[in-house]
Amino acid sequence: MAKLLLYNIIRFVALVVLQVFLFKNVGYYNLATPFPYILFILLLPVGIGNFTLYAIAFATGLVVDAFYDTPGINAAAAVALAWGRIIFMRITLQTDNYESYMTPAWGTVPFRWFFLYVLVLSLFHHGVLFLLETFTFHQFHYTLIRILLSCIFTVIIILLFSLLFYRKKQR
Amino acid sequence: MKNLWILIHKYNAFFLFILFFGLSCYLVVKNNTFQRASAVNSSNYFVGTVYAWVNGWKSYLHLSESNTRLAEENASLREQLQRFTHADSVERVTVVDSARQVQYNYIVARVTNNSIHQKNNYITIDKGRKHGIRKGMGVIGAKGIVGIVLNVSEHFSTIQSLLHSESRISASLEDSQAFGSLVWGDSYDARYAALRDIPNHVKVRDGERVYTSGYSLFPPGIEIGKVAGSGSSGGDSFLDIRVELSTPFHNLLQVYVVEDVFAEEKAALEALTDKDG
Repeated sequence: MAKLLLYNIIRFVALVVLQVFLFKNVGYYNLATPFPYILFILLLPVGIGNFTLYAIAFATGLVVDAFYDTPGINAAAAVALAWGRIIFMRITLQTDNYESYMTPAWGTVPFRWFFLYVLVLSLFHHGVLFLLETFTFHQFHYTLIRILLSCIFTVIIILLFSLLFYRKKQR
Repeated sequence: MKNLWILIHKYNAFFLFILFFGLSCYLVVKNNTFQRASAVNSSNYFVGTVYAWVNGWKSYLHLSESNTRLAEENASLREQLQRFTHADSVERVTVVDSARQVQYNYIVARVTNNSIHQKNNYITIDKGRKHGIRKGMGVIGAKGIVGIVLNVSEHFSTIQSLLHSESRISASLEDSQAFGSLVWGDSYDARYAALRDIPNHVKVRDGERVYTSGYSLFPPGIEIGKVAGSGSSGGDSFLDIRVELSTPFHNLLQVYVVEDVFAEEKAALEALTDKDG
């Protein structure tokens, strides 16, 4: 349990640092800006309490916001991501089949599930994020393109991370 | 109350989401100028839309009242419009006849009433005393003479058309320079008039042009028409010449009133002769 907490803290620090110092400066013009820090929220243990999940997501978002100078936007998107995660898991998992403290990472869960999980949730997260950021439906197609391209970018980076820290299911 | 708590607990994911998301949005709107501005603007827009909607319904209650008001306003606007549509401006073209040192002013006028089918035809134009038109002035059109100013009011004038049984205009033939009187006379055709008082010995050919002679109030050399046929009336020493008029009286739109600057001088001089005679 302590190990899980430690892993998550390390993951949190590493991803947030990477996000605010590296990925903040990476992007395809203004069209694709990756937000791979959401991997931290995605990899929180399956059986985490809803309130805890929301609180952590909110806090993570706020930390990223602090570096992005956009108070609230990333927090809101992260909270939306947490909600999406709860819904997604409720639909696709039977919670009792999985250990409550299991990390839903590639290697522990099947790749297809993991890929879908990352894809759907990052799409949701980015949608909320960019819509809140532009805060208007004016030139909606432009926002839509930003959402899609950023989502692809983020998913690729998350998959690369997962590949990097791939570990076979320990049983 | 208990059920409510059960409900909230059951759907805690959603309610917690609302809670945290609301908090985040509050932060967003509070701390980001753009979002704050657009949020306030859109709320204003929303309020404005609702107001417009309510007003749209409320306006039905005052429909008859506002109709009456609009009708009254229409009436007053029409009255004002009437005042403005009457063209007050006068265009004057001055022609300097260098040979004779006689000046003719042309006052442009629009035909407001016209007739060609009567025995005595009259034309009304939209310029009057105010614009410098006096009784007895000649009126010409773009293609020929039109008539003589008969009566003048402040803003309008009536013209005794050439198509009038009393109209007599001094006219001369192109080739012989013989002059006579152009009358519409007994003709009922707006296209033809008669040239009288041309002596028998003058040779007249068909198609010969007829001009104003300059002895009347028209400037000399203005086209009247061309000869359409001639013949001697029995036992008379004068020819009977049929003249095809060049002015299209049936679609007369714009005319020029000829102001002869020396008309008074000329009239006064001729009056002396009359006294002596």
